[in-house]
Amino acid sequence: MHLSETISSGFLFLAPWLVFLPLIGLLVNIVFGGRMSENLVGGIASAFSGAAFAVSVLLAYSVSLAHGETLRWTLAEWIHIGDVSLDWTFRADSLSTTMMLVVSGVGTLIHIYAIGYMHEDVRFKNDPARFRRFFVFLNLFIAAMMILVSGDSYLMLFVGWEGVGLCSFLLIGFWYEMDTLARPSWSNSKAAVKAFVANRVGDFGFLIASFIMFWAFGSFQFDAVFAKAPEIQTGVILAITLFFLVGVAGKSAQIPLYVWLPDAMAGPTPVSALIHAATMVTAGVYLVTRSAPLYSSVPEAQNIVALVGAVTALFAATIAVGQYDIKKVLAYSTISQLGFMVAAVGMGAYVAGMFHLVTHAFFKALLFLAAGSVILGMERGHHHLAHGHGGHHGETFDPGDMRNMGGLRKTMPVTFWVYMIGTLALAGIAPFAGFWSKDEILLDASHHSQAVYWLLTIAAFCTAFYMGRQIWMVFFGEARHEAAAHAEESPKVMTVPLMILAALSLLGGALNLPFDGFHNLGHWLGHTLGEVEALGLNLQVAGISTALALLAILISWLIYGRKPLAKNQSDPLESFGLLFKGMNRKWWVDELYQFLVITPYVKISHFLADVIDWRFWHDWFHETVLLGAYNWASAIGLNVYADQKGIDAFANWLGAATQRLSAATRKVQNGFVRSYALSVFLGVVVILGYLLLKP
Amino acid sequence: MNFFTEPLTLLTFFPLLGVLLLLFIPGGQKNALRWTALAVSLITFVISLWVFFLSGLYDASNPDLQLVARHPWIQVAGWNIEYHLAADGLSILLILLTTLLTPISILSTWTAVEERVKEFMVFFLLLETGMLGVFVAQDLFLFYIFWEFTLVPMYFLIGIWGGPRRIYAALKFFLYTMAGSILMLLAILWLGIQGGTFSVPQLIEQGGIPANIQWWLFIAFAAAFAIKVPMWPLHSWLPDAHVEAPTAGSVILAGVLLKLGTYGFVRFNIPLFPEATLKAAPWIALLATIGIIYGAAVSYAQTDIKKLVAYSSVSHLGFVMLGLFALNPEGLAGAILQMINHGISTGALFLLVGMIYEQTHTREFKVYGGLWKLMPVFGTLYLIVSLSSMGLPGLNGFVGEFTILLGAWGAGQSGVFYWGGVWFAAISALGVIMAAIYILYMFQKMFMGPQGEVVDEVKKHGHSLRDLNWREIAVIAPLILLIFWIGLYPAPFFDLMAPSVNKLAETFSAAALALR
Repeated sequence: MHLSETISSGFLFLAPWLVFLPLIGLLVNIVFGGRMSENLVGGIASAFSGAAFAVSVLLAYSVSLAHGETLRWTLAEWIHIGDVSLDWTFRADSLSTTMMLVVSGVGTLIHIYAIGYMHEDVRFKNDPARFRRFFVFLNLFIAAMMILVSGDSYLMLFVGWEGVGLCSFLLIGFWYEMDTLARPSWSNSKAAVKAFVANRVGDFGFLIASFIMFWAFGSFQFDAVFAKAPEIQTGVILAITLFFLVGVAGKSAQIPLYVWLPDAMAGPTPVSALIHAATMVTAGVYLVTRSAPLYSSVPEAQNIVALVGAVTALFAATIAVGQYDIKKVLAYSTISQLGFMVAAVGMGAYVAGMFHLVTHAFFKALLFLAAGSVILGMERGHHHLAHGHGGHHGETFDPGDMRNMGGLRKTMPVTFWVYMIGTLALAGIAPFAGFWSKDEILLDASHHSQAVYWLLTIAAFCTAFYMGRQIWMVFFGEARHEAAAHAEESPKVMTVPLMILAALSLLGGALNLPFDGFHNLGHWLGHTLGEVEALGLNLQVAGISTALALLAILISWLIYGRKPLAKNQSDPLESFGLLFKGMNRKWWVDELYQFLVITPYVKISHFLADVIDWRFWHDWFHETVLLGAYNWASAIGLNVYADQKGIDAFANWLGAATQRLSAATRKVQNGFVRSYALSVFLGVVVILGYLLLKP
Repeated sequence: MNFFTEPLTLLTFFPLLGVLLLLFIPGGQKNALRWTALAVSLITFVISLWVFFLSGLYDASNPDLQLVARHPWIQVAGWNIEYHLAADGLSILLILLTTLLTPISILSTWTAVEERVKEFMVFFLLLETGMLGVFVAQDLFLFYIFWEFTLVPMYFLIGIWGGPRRIYAALKFFLYTMAGSILMLLAILWLGIQGGTFSVPQLIEQGGIPANIQWWLFIAFAAAFAIKVPMWPLHSWLPDAHVEAPTAGSVILAGVLLKLGTYGFVRFNIPLFPEATLKAAPWIALLATIGIIYGAAVSYAQTDIKKLVAYSSVSHLGFVMLGLFALNPEGLAGAILQMINHGISTGALFLLVGMIYEQTHTREFKVYGGLWKLMPVFGTLYLIVSLSSMGLPGLNGFVGEFTILLGAWGAGQSGVFYWGGVWFAAISALGVIMAAIYILYMFQKMFMGPQGEVVDEVKKHGHSLRDLNWREIAVIAPLILLIFWIGLYPAPFFDLMAPSVNKLAETFSAAALALR
């Protein structure tokens, strides 16, 4: 009996430790970190993140022991009032444990990488004391993300949802007093605020959806909501799902709220990899997948979600083509790939969306971390130069600008090879992981909607092109800046996590191969999402996408590879004129938002504050009208100033009256404070005395 | 005579004992005065804990008024005025908030108030008695005395220890509040004379006030309370008062005094005039919604830290009003919790602003910047309090705001807001975005970005900015603790108020049904 109990609940009791472990890690670092070495601080943070990974493994094991049953563990009450009953309940099922594994697994690798990365970063920025703070924030992020994926209700999910938004803010603004080139500036902190506010716009949608949900379903708990869904009008569900989409657009950087993500690259590169590529930004995809029973019951919502995803995928991919910053390319690529996932889950292809989420977490984390290695390699080269010659300190050097790079395959071979693997995975070349997951999405799209299918296919073409462009510009040809010529490879603590991620990017497709008996992920997620028909390999779809990807790489070679960019040579694509300019300037969306939203908001709030609230309401109405009327009435009453007339006199006298009042009060204060207090006190004593003496 | 065995009497008037003690201490002995005031306020806090939890006299599962202390008082010319104190779930948290914030505020004045320490402490303890009296008085006349009584010490706290325009601000505060109270006094007299009693529970039980008269009485009470809250557009005194008030004054003003207004609505307006309440609900909700949006927009345009926080109060208290007039358990409980939350978060914000002001002597954003690097502890605490104020889930503000909006949405659907429907909740939810804008803006301008000129300015005077010391951390720590406690585990707080809230909401669903 004891044994069977253990089996049925498994390691479920560990679920809260998903959150507690990283929190303990950050507390240890806050309290003792000041006296510890950098390696110990980073090691502790990594160990606690790794422990959360171990718990995730045990939970997944428990779920599989329970044959995919949903397991729950209630830690404590949260909000119980009126009809609301919310608890801190953790949920382990095949979907949530998949997310846990990705978050803590990739997260731990990035923690380890960051030990090496931040060691150098804090020195380039002359503030080694900030090393510890980074790992405190990183652990906090893991904790918040775990709440997000393990919550058993929409509200607990929302706690994590906003919690990761906070961590994103803290980490984007990690170097809050400078810009990305370490010059004193407000720009990093602006990017942080922008991210938080854009996310809050999405959260507004989430909140509204949850209000509608509560009064229609009477609950926030996933299964209670899904069970009741068939009884609810589709109009209500449509409203809920569309408001959730606003939240998804904020968190997963979809049109129209994606604008914060490119700016988020102000954060240190491990942050870009962890939060802004592999995990947090996929929360929207998770939300839609989690809400599958709701979305599946309203095709209108599904179509809109799929279209938003597909348009975002293509739109962001075009912008990526026109960027020069190595991380900006990857940022827009992330938006584009998130578009693929959102489109997939919008079409009801939840397994394909989750599959791509997982493989993308591998190869995009890899690409970002490798890009971080490139940037640090450039910094090292630059640093080396600055010390060698001494004359380089004045010039602003951008280690992330691909126009400064070139030829890095020779100086940074490990980084080059892992970057190649990541690129091929992202470009969707078989047999790398991205090929399988992207192809599954394209195949679903070909069945679902031609528009979505072609949008995604063209986006995939662009993807292969901008990645090819990046490879040629960064690693091939000759160094276009002396820093690139003197770049140095990164240490093992950084390259080993890269190699592990490279292996995962290479083999990750095995999770869900399109052959009978190999739909492992689909089968696993099927426990939660219901069995879905597994599609085989469609040679036409796979053929077209592979051919287009190869074509795009070929074109990129023709433009950038055959004749590498020379020093100070402008991008050959600039001959496209406005088209390239649009891609380069991000289609002026930031400027449009500035014009349509930000400037009007600032103007309106200043108008309300300065003109309406202060000059009209505070000064004119209260000072002139109210005080004036009061003075006028009292003057008439006293019949002292009754003969005063005229506006001038009125105005003068208003001032005098104010002074008079003030003078009177001042007198009270200077002389009679004590007596006033005493009289108040005596009054109270009298009252008390009366009460005391009364029988 | 069992006067001092009545727990609420003891609690309410205990600070006066401190006043008596202070009067015997010479004005020059500043530390003795401070320690005495602190000790008395701490003992008052302990008494409040004892009364409600340790003594076993108070039963939190009972929705009715408890710990009743009731004696005939003034009974002339047919007036039946009583000394009548009692507490229930609607007031208990506010009483505890008052007894908690008073010692915290006193501790915050340690180095900030150097002049007339004796008078300051006397006024502060007088104020505490006044505030506690408002929360426990169950006789309208007695309530009115306490209500007006709170004005006097606050007037002097602003007028003597305030900023450069203190006289103006104090006078405005005094006159504005007085003006509203006069109407309420008339309504109180009408009620007391017509009803033959000033006892609130008795008047509620009697009921039977004709609907059209209810309407006028409602408005008369609302005039006094709406100014105190302050509800838009009657907020004009608040920025003046906050900017000029000394730190401890701002803490009590924002933390407790504004809640006298919202408490007045829930204790008097709503139960005494149920028909008028239903009629007024959409209009109050409309003003609340405007206040939320307007306050948040105006906050963003401020250049003075204290003024920003003052306007943010207009926005936050809009949420409280919206929740109260949702008239369902979610809205009412959320509103009461949000009163506490606002007291904690805004109180803490004012304390923190006061701590930096003591060092820099300026509250202008434009000279700040990059403080996080120099003052990491201060920056982190300021961040936590800011996040609480903008309603980050997991912290206290979210629990209140969320339940309020949820209740308001439900009220919109069930018809309490008539023509307003769910729009009030939907538009108010925009305040969540706008709060993020002004609060993050404030945090960014003070703590992020390049180092501001204030750092050099302080250096010029031979000092350098220091991080918080242990006394300052001790001042703020209890509030930080509560921010997390209420955010993560609000159950004990909801449990304290739930029975009374449910009872009030029940009468309302019944009244609403009768009306339709």
